[in-house]
Amino acid sequence: MREPIWLKRTLIFLAASFLFVMLIMPLLLVAKEALSKGVDFYFKALTDEFALKALYLTIEATISAVVLNTIFGLASAWLLTKFDFRGKTFLGSLIDLPFAISPVIAGLFFIMLFGRLSPLYPLLQEYDVAIVFAVPAIILATVFVTFPFITRELVPVMENQGRSEEEAAATMGANGWTIFRRVTLPNIKWALGYGIILCSARALGEFGAVSVVSGHIRGKTNTLPLHIEILYNEYNFTAAFAVASVLVFLAIIVLILRNLVERANKNPVEEEIPTDDKNSSELKAGVAHG
Amino acid sequence: MLLMVEVEVRNVSKNFGNFKASDNVSFSVERGKLIGLLGPSGSGKTTILRMIAGLETPDSGEIFIGGRKVNNLPPGKRGIGFLFQSYALFKHMTVFDNIAFGLTVQKKSVAEIKSRVEELADLIGLKNFTHRYPLQLSGGQRQRVAFARALAPNPELLLLDEPFAAIDAKVRQELRGWLKKTIHKLGITAIFVTHDQDEAVEVADEIIITNRGRVEQAGIPVEIYQSPKTPFVAKFIGESVQVPDCSIFKGFDEYESFAGILRPEFLEIAATIDEMPQPMPVTTERGIVRGTFFRGSVIQIDIEVKGQLLKGFRGLEQTTLHEGDEAFVFIHKIYGFDGDKTTVIENAAKRGESVVI
Repeated sequence: MREPIWLKRTLIFLAASFLFVMLIMPLLLVAKEALSKGVDFYFKALTDEFALKALYLTIEATISAVVLNTIFGLASAWLLTKFDFRGKTFLGSLIDLPFAISPVIAGLFFIMLFGRLSPLYPLLQEYDVAIVFAVPAIILATVFVTFPFITRELVPVMENQGRSEEEAAATMGANGWTIFRRVTLPNIKWALGYGIILCSARALGEFGAVSVVSGHIRGKTNTLPLHIEILYNEYNFTAAFAVASVLVFLAIIVLILRNLVERANKNPVEEEIPTDDKNSSELKAGVAHG
Repeated sequence: MLLMVEVEVRNVSKNFGNFKASDNVSFSVERGKLIGLLGPSGSGKTTILRMIAGLETPDSGEIFIGGRKVNNLPPGKRGIGFLFQSYALFKHMTVFDNIAFGLTVQKKSVAEIKSRVEELADLIGLKNFTHRYPLQLSGGQRQRVAFARALAPNPELLLLDEPFAAIDAKVRQELRGWLKKTIHKLGITAIFVTHDQDEAVEVADEIIITNRGRVEQAGIPVEIYQSPKTPFVAKFIGESVQVPDCSIFKGFDEYESFAGILRPEFLEIAATIDEMPQPMPVTTERGIVRGTFFRGSVIQIDIEVKGQLLKGFRGLEQTTLHEGDEAFVFIHKIYGFDGDKTTVIENAAKRGESVVI
């Protein structure tokens, strides 16, 4: 079907201007504002003690979330696709819960669970364990909001593949770990990579849940997004945008990685697939030799 | 020589929820035999195969392979090779690595693996394809790679789930013959599952017919064809027309009303009474031709006799019958139903005579 040329052009124009106003322009403005007081000020804002600490904390939370959620995502996707059990659909929806709940409410969960109102609080006090308003809560909150990403990437791929390759490996004597390493993992590696990238992107930018549990202690419990908010609230716009540009930069890296993974995934070995016509000669050869 | 029992299934039952996949199934398979598990879809044949392999666990009953009870052994310790309907080749591995998988799991030496894989690649006629990936192979080639992969660790027993289902009709024929020849040459015991009776009859030494989770009959193809023990087997094997009351036909009218099955080859259809080998009017029916169909080597005639549409064959060299023609029909025999048993009932004309046609 061919659309008239004016319709095509109008649609392209609409899409392009939308992209420009909503995405490109804000990015350009971030860059412009960040550099508005010169390159020196920009780097000073970035190398500020609190900014660096916030960056480390963000990276720490992101790495923890990715590692924990990779383990959890593999386990839950394996469970959901390779086994049948009662309550499977329920577990499936439970994993999606962080998608449905506002991050702020998720943050409040952890305050209720580990904060002063919690029945666990005396126990935590006794052992001198600080969770809320400390690094553990920030990691927990980040893990919680990025919980479903890896599982959700893996489940459709693993579902599609079924169980027969694993079963074939089992009939040939492979144990669970060998099956996972040599059969399952190579089949899901791209989906896993994609899930990890999405999970990282979300963890880097997480604001809501972390904001509730962090307590905003500069140099201790501030992540980059929280640090930006503080700078902004102090009318320190240039510094806020300078730090924001770091997050933008990280986001762009994630996007590039995402594209690379996607391209690698869509690049199957292209070669001429033989038809079955050749069978006769092959079979005869086989029988004669065998 | 004593015939050794390779596989024995004893009183095995398996339910999936309320569905009885296997209902007290028992049978045994002799060493070196190629067995076809034949049944309509949902008859429980694949479940039986998967329980022998250890991919499903029976709710009750025992399974023996090579005299050893295997109920509590994992699939990899049962000495079996399993060929999946979808082949289940490892997509990210070359043909070589696919075939070598079972051997690498057993930690065989590199030299040993190489020589075994080359031997098998030669057997399946794909020795120049070992560097390819499964996606670069045709359906028939993939099936043979799966076959070689299952054979590589030298299993005592090969289990094949619908091995020809995913292959073009043209190639299927050829592969059937090849598989039968190869399995016999290797001297291995094999059980394959199929819903296609032609395939079972052509490939298997013995057939086990399953229906609704039960074994209906087991035996050599000719025996099953000639003396079906149950109404299900009579209906399922061969082409057939079921008639609710067979005592309406001449030659069978001395019986009380009985239901039965007529195969096309039980009918003699003649244009004139003289064409009949036994021109006896008392036992010969008249009918009206309702349809003729060219079937390659024969012509199928649909003929209405006493309000009942029957099917029969005529040779190509015999005088042509047309729709609406009147013709003579002699029914040699009927598979009569008696509860859940089947008995062969001959035409009165043949019962009276002493053999010879």
